[in-house]
Amino acid sequence: MTICRRSLVITLTGCSLAFGTIYTATVFAQPEERPDAALNMLVHEPPTMEDLENSELHPELKKVIRYGHDLFTNTQQLRGENVFNDMNCSSCHLGEGRVPFSAPVWAVAITLPDFRGKNQHVNNLEERIAGCFAYSMNGVPPEYGSDEMLALSAYHQWLATGAPMYPDKPIYGRGFPAPDEPAEEPDYARGEAAYQENCSICHQNDGSGHYENGEYVFPAPWGDGSNNWGAGIARVETMAGFIYQNMPLGQPRSLSDQDAWDIAYFISSQERPQDPRYTGDVAETAERFGPTFHNRSLYGQTREHDGHVLGDHDNFGEKGDLKPWNVGMPRFENLSEE
Amino acid sequence: MNKKYLSRFGLLIGISLVTGGALAQQGDAERGQAAAATCTACHQADGSGMNVPNGESWPRLAGLNADYIAKQLHDFKAGQRQNATMMTFANMLDDQQIADVAEYYSQMPVTPGQGGDEADEALLARGQQLAERGDWNAYIVSCQSCHGPGGTGVGSTFPGVASQHAGYISAQLRAWKNETRINDPQNLMGAIAKRMSDNDIQAVSAWYAMQPGSEEQETAQ
Ligand code: HEC
Ligand code: HEC
Ligand code: HEC
Ligand code: HEC
Repeated sequence: MTICRRSLVITLTGCSLAFGTIYTATVFAQPEERPDAALNMLVHEPPTMEDLENSELHPELKKVIRYGHDLFTNTQQLRGENVFNDMNCSSCHLGEGRVPFSAPVWAVAITLPDFRGKNQHVNNLEERIAGCFAYSMNGVPPEYGSDEMLALSAYHQWLATGAPMYPDKPIYGRGFPAPDEPAEEPDYARGEAAYQENCSICHQNDGSGHYENGEYVFPAPWGDGSNNWGAGIARVETMAGFIYQNMPLGQPRSLSDQDAWDIAYFISSQERPQDPRYTGDVAETAERFGPTFHNRSLYGQTREHDGHVLGDHDNFGEKGDLKPWNVGMPRFENLSEE
Repeated sequence: MNKKYLSRFGLLIGISLVTGGALAQQGDAERGQAAAATCTACHQADGSGMNVPNGESWPRLAGLNADYIAKQLHDFKAGQRQNATMMTFANMLDDQQIADVAEYYSQMPVTPGQGGDEADEALLARGQQLAERGDWNAYIVSCQSCHGPGGTGVGSTFPGVASQHAGYISAQLRAWKNETRINDPQNLMGAIAKRMSDNDIQAVSAWYAMQPGSEEQETAQ
């Protein structure tokens, strides 16, 4: 057990006992599901901030990783410069970006550089982080190579300590896996009722979230304080996965599949800041980015109960006319077609 | 106890709170002072309560949110929060008096928490970790993600826990763990407490007892 834990990487075949011990009654609502789910997958337990203090890393590197952790969990310190909504990175990547099924962020440190469907070219770690700034944070990313970018990527990479580069197995707990297809088509009215029952106590009836004395407490699932239309979580299945695996806070996987899909459909039918890839026309934007993205969001669709066309506006939220420099930036144009 | 039942139950309380709050007469602090005459024996004239090391601690009421206080008194009366001592005293109050004492105590300045000073450094460090960052390996969400930065409370649903007495905090966490306190909305608190060890409970109770419960208190220290 100790050996497995220290090496921090467990492939289930050799170490199933340790796996059971580490996660027993932890991390997930249904521990009994885990061994099956993890069969022949790469299971990695990222180090904690306590491990960082106890490690032999260079003191200067420790400082930078600590700064990266601080930026990740309190990204609001970049408000007005790089962040233009009410979120921290950890608003969606719960537990400091370490928790399985909450898109643990270390996964990119061992899988990138790689081709990314969303922007149709090869991305590295920094470009992936920049993506979440432009969409999820409705912001403008820090420059590549800047102190902030370096600190954030150092934090991501350090979390991957001990995990193999380009693994040949799928990664356990990656992303926000959606629950099973519901018995009934997701429904707006049912979703609204379930949202009010399970979520509004924290996120408020109108989805505006809650700041207490000007300090971040509950983020906004929709509206101006939320992520924009181009963010990964704007896809219905990703939202369903996020909710099912992580909400209500502290009670993962406590909702039924149907509730998770209904609520996701309801939230995905609300307005949020415009997609930074907006061409000036919602139908055109929806079509251009349909195959790589918007076919899985409700962007550009007409809301049934009131005829509202989702995303048909030029409200970019707090960032106004600022354009994230990374969006649409051409890469590798000099490489010839094979 | 069945989770679904609990969450439904929580919802009912939530709704009755909202409508109750909207319809109820405004609390009046002056009338509240009169109604609170019997309370001072335990909760003290300044609302500070008392840490009682090997017995039942009396919580600080000074500076708690008025709607939160009122909800607890209604819960004691209705038997949704079980405590023999408080049942008796809550039963003496009608709805108006509940609103009045709640207003009265909510206006008092927060007093210092007791019972944390004997904790050693390691225990306090663990307490701070749970309060500010949680322990996600055990899926213990940080206390501040619900009780707010500094643990000073969020709205009327999430009470301030900073500057509360260690003996009271730990008694409540144990009560949720043992399912003897189940009056929280949606099992929000119960789900967390169940994942905490005795050491965790001791640690976070000591930590919060030593933290300032309001900005005024912080500057005064
Ligand atoms: C509004 C929610 C949200 C916020 C806020 C957010 N992200 Fe993400 N992030 C996502 C979603 C959704 C994905 C895609 C998960 C998937 O692959 O399905 C993602 C993916 C990632 C990935 C890739 C994970 C993988 O396994 O491929 C990284 C790295 C990442 N985010 C970093 C960040 C950083 C750094 C920040 C803060 C600057 C941030 N995110 C803020 C929602 C968010
Ligand atoms: C006890 C309070 C609480 C409840 C109840 C709750 N959430 Fe959350 N939610 C949070 C917090 C806190 C975060 C951010 C996590 C962090 O900062 O650590 C969050 C994050 C989110 C996010 C990602 C960020 C954003 O705002 O888009 C979504 C989406 C979300 N919750 C949806 C839901 C849904 C749907 C429900 C009901 C099924 C729900 N939440 C219930 C507290 C809560
Ligand atoms: C004999 C001592 C005693 C007296 C007198 C007393 N209380 Fe209490 N009170 C307690 C104890 C002990 C608790 C903690 C109960 C528990 O553990 O659940 C408590 C808890 C409370 C709480 C819940 C606080 C919280 O943070 O949730 C409120 C509110 C309260 N009392 C109000 C009153 C009022 C108002 C009166 C007078 C009408 C009163 N009490 C009289 C001992 C007393
Ligand atoms: C998911 C949200 C959530 C989290 C996380 C959370 N709490 Fe709570 N807590 C609540 C709610 C809601 C209540 C109020 C219950 C009620 O209305 O009776 C509460 C009440 C309490 C009380 C009783 C206060 C009183 O005056 O009686 C204590 C003590 C407490 N919490 C401590 C903690 C500690 C310590 C942590 C961290 C280990 C924590 N809580 C984490 C939601 C939460």
